[in-house]
Amino acid sequence: MDNNKNWIDQRFPLTKVWNEHLAEYYTPRNFNFWYFFGSLAMLVLVMQIVTGIFLTMHFKPDELKAFASVEYIMRDVNWGWLIRYLHSTGASAFFIVIYLHMYRGLLYGSYKSPRELIWILGMILYIALMAEAFMGYVLPWGQMSYWGAQVIISLFGSVPLIGPDLLEWILGDYAVGDPALNRFFSLHVIALPLILVVLVFLHIVALHTVGSNNPDGVEIKKNKDKNGIPKDGIPFHPYYSVKDIVGVVVFLMLFSAVVFFAPAMNGYFLEHANFIEANPLKTPEHIAPLWYLTPFYSVLRAIPPMFGSQFPGVVGMFAALLILLALPWLDRSKVKSIRYRSAPYKYALGIFVVSFIYLGYLGMQPVTPTNALLARVFTITYFGFFILMPWFTSIGKTKEVPKRVTGK
Amino acid sequence: MSEQTIDLKKRRFLTQATSVVGVVGVGFVAWPFLSTWNPSARAKAAGAPVEVDISKLEEGQLVRVLWRKKPVWIFKRDKTTISNLSTLNSVLTDPSSSETSQQPEYAKNLYRSINPDIAVIVGVCTHLGCSPTHRPELGAADLGGDTWKGGFYCPCHGSKFDLAGRVYAGAPAPTNLVIPPYHFVSDSLIQIGVDPKA
Repeated sequence: MDNNKNWIDQRFPLTKVWNEHLAEYYTPRNFNFWYFFGSLAMLVLVMQIVTGIFLTMHFKPDELKAFASVEYIMRDVNWGWLIRYLHSTGASAFFIVIYLHMYRGLLYGSYKSPRELIWILGMILYIALMAEAFMGYVLPWGQMSYWGAQVIISLFGSVPLIGPDLLEWILGDYAVGDPALNRFFSLHVIALPLILVVLVFLHIVALHTVGSNNPDGVEIKKNKDKNGIPKDGIPFHPYYSVKDIVGVVVFLMLFSAVVFFAPAMNGYFLEHANFIEANPLKTPEHIAPLWYLTPFYSVLRAIPPMFGSQFPGVVGMFAALLILLALPWLDRSKVKSIRYRSAPYKYALGIFVVSFIYLGYLGMQPVTPTNALLARVFTITYFGFFILMPWFTSIGKTKEVPKRVTGK
Repeated sequence: MSEQTIDLKKRRFLTQATSVVGVVGVGFVAWPFLSTWNPSARAKAAGAPVEVDISKLEEGQLVRVLWRKKPVWIFKRDKTTISNLSTLNSVLTDPSSSETSQQPEYAKNLYRSINPDIAVIVGVCTHLGCSPTHRPELGAADLGGDTWKGGFYCPCHGSKFDLAGRVYAGAPAPTNLVIPPYHFVSDSLIQIGVDPKA
């Protein structure tokens, strides 16, 4: 056995990689509940890839056949319904996990120096994931697939000057149809998954270079014993690999409950109108994107047209997304963790969370004058969180950060 | 081999020159790939003009046809509808159709059509591409009650249009609905996609 290992190690750094990233990768000993979601996101990614490979074997990316081929998977393919529901539920689960993972970053200041690149790579991952999910939702070619695609793609048509040509280029036609379905299929099953996997790799390489943050926001590398091992660090394997398995078990229990008992989640994971085949002549009564995109959709709807163009709303929507990239530089606070932050930051974070969730809720509701007004108010508070951040993170009294992690 | 001194200046020049040539080459290779996304010959052929027989179209009736995969509405307006069009100026964003890209020159009139009674409109909301719902009933309570003179309501984002496809002020849609190029082949036949002969 040892001889074999030697033979490999001379040709490939197997032991080195194992030690650097698992057995001798020292992680703060005080991880809590919020630290489950990184490994869960990887689990869901693998699950989506595996179920996706099998769905691709039975799906037909053709405007005349796509809807029927999904029904074929659901009814005629052995266990096809299970694989499809795992995939469709997996998409929503992915975003639940990612949103909690990102919120953890906000709670404990994980985006702050020296982890800015981890945050940026994570944000690019998040945007790529949204594109992946959107294109995946188009493939079953139901009413929501079709009209959702129509709405999202027409955003590009509002770009000044080049808009109409850009729209035709994206669609490969004068409206959403076979060419769009076919190219979205290609992007969904090969281009974006490749990008996602590469980005996850980079995200983790960057993380393992600087080391994990923790609920106290204390740098454990500043306190090492005589062997150069952080005093507050424990090897990722076996300590956190075992902890993460507990998280996986609980996650899979909840996940299976949805897959088996409520795969459509009352229209939140699979919208009702998507059980009707796409009809270019008739828009469904009420159209909304899937829940994970609705906060940004709300921002889009909240901004009125200006200068005879819808473009400002589109800019607003993308700005709402991209402004998150600037977070590491907007936050001027000396402390990372919410445990030691000043009161103004805590209030601001609270307002931000409420705004984000409420925008998400409004994005699923029909437009009424009250809703439109609320969406505007929350759009302002959403952007206010970022624009005022340099100010409210530099005022107020922060608590003293301990030298070592507290083990709570 | 004789001893050579390293000319850093020359080396930098060569690096930059090869890089530039390389980038140009990448651009040339990328072009065919990106160009495959443009509408193919088949998609363009499928965007050919369509003909619609309107001999059986009743007053108030609306038919939908697909032209270039977009819904096009053809409907017949009655006298009240036509006379109502001129009363709406104050609630519309662009009552006189001054936005020239939204209709051909021959449809730049009060009715936004060649004949006042026959309307031909692309049924795609100028906001974000949904297809508005036909709501011809006068005084619909959910659309403003007595002030509603019939028109179209977009279920996606709440834009309202009158029966000439003109957008109501305050709606998310920035402009009037598009009028496609069309002409009358005969009294009962419309061709969508081709301008009338001058």
